[in-house]
Amino acid sequence: MNPQSAIPNAPRRTSPQSPEPLILAFCCHYCAYAAADLAGSMRLQYPANVRLLRLPCTGRVEVNYLLAAFERGADAVIVAGCLEGGCHFQEGNLRARRRVERAKGLLREIGIEPERLEMFNLSSAEGGRFAEIVTEMNERVKHLGLSPMKPDAQSIQAAMREMTHEADERIASEPSGRARGSAHAK
Amino acid sequence: MIVADRKKVPEIRDMISKHTKVLLVGCGTCVTVCLAGGEREIGILGSALRMALRLAGHADVAVDECTIERQCEDAFIDILAQRATQYDAIVSFGCGAGVQALAERFPNTAVYPGLNTQFIGILESQGVWTEKCSGCGNCRLGEFAGICPITRCAKRLFNGPCAGSRDGKCEVDADLDCAWQLIYDRSKALGILDNFDAIAEPQDWSTGLDGGPRKVVREDQHIAGLGPKA
Ligand code: SF4
Ligand code: SF4
Repeated sequence: MNPQSAIPNAPRRTSPQSPEPLILAFCCHYCAYAAADLAGSMRLQYPANVRLLRLPCTGRVEVNYLLAAFERGADAVIVAGCLEGGCHFQEGNLRARRRVERAKGLLREIGIEPERLEMFNLSSAEGGRFAEIVTEMNERVKHLGLSPMKPDAQSIQAAMREMTHEADERIASEPSGRARGSAHAK
Repeated sequence: MIVADRKKVPEIRDMISKHTKVLLVGCGTCVTVCLAGGEREIGILGSALRMALRLAGHADVAVDECTIERQCEDAFIDILAQRATQYDAIVSFGCGAGVQALAERFPNTAVYPGLNTQFIGILESQGVWTEKCSGCGNCRLGEFAGICPITRCAKRLFNGPCAGSRDGKCEVDADLDCAWQLIYDRSKALGILDNFDAIAEPQDWSTGLDGGPRKVVREDQHIAGLGPKA
């Protein structure tokens, strides 16, 4: 494992030569995402190998998102929603918890440690708790090792090349930035 | 509708691990409604199987997904026919009829079941399905206040209840409602309890499955000589 991963605020870019653990966090806009923001404002340290995905509610999380994250090489996945009873959509976080449980069952069937996936509840005021959650999951990954689904360095490079190529093609096919900018300005 | 649930990932993985290109085919009808084999479930199972195969050292097996509206009608399989030729195996996430419809249509492709087909039933409550009909071919619901003793009485009694009926529950399983309690309560409410003064006739089982698979033919609709496409 890359020792860099354990250092808080390590450089964000991962080196294709030595994959470092990657933690994906599905964060509800109303709590976990705001808590992450607060953690930043409070200058709290937490592992830099976490990537946040903002959702309007954890109720948006489907089992296939969770499995797709592991299929693409995430070493751990966090689903972080509001405190139980505090969901802005009444029961999105309760549904998310049940889906997380189902996904854990599937991970077990697949042969991946279900501990790599966890649901947490916190409020937007809990910047410290957010840092704790990420640290806890990072410790779990250190203990379990990299995900067996982790793509090797070669396939990461190939995927990066493909992404760059796709982005180039998309940019080439779009109308020029200036034209769009002026259209927006009107 | 037909109610099914999915097979476990390792079982499906082992069925397909010898193949090179596998297509998972979902069905958009009954099994979508019972959350077993629709588009969303196929997406989940596709991910799960790709990971499971990779972990078992079969990373070379390619697994793709698609869902058609209805697997048990040949006309709906048309949409898939071209694509299916690129695969050496298909896992059907339809009921047993869907699996067999695909097997008939694609004689040179291995076809496996992804689901365990359970029964003809209804959605009892969110996420709960219960069995209501055994397809006996000679429906007697009219005699039993609309509650099927063949399917819902554990002993298939036509002249129930047995002595094991306790507080509305069946002696076979305390979670099971006694079908005969239900028949009695409903008949009482409908004012037709007199129906049970006479002994119910035994069932004519000749319409059942024992004589081999059954067939329904509508003479006015049937066109002689027009069979399934190969
Ligand atoms: S009597 Fe036969 S057809 Fe009618 S519900 Fe029962 S099993 Fe089904
Ligand atoms: S208790 Fe009721 S449902 Fe159970 S076997 Fe007896 S009559 Fe049938």
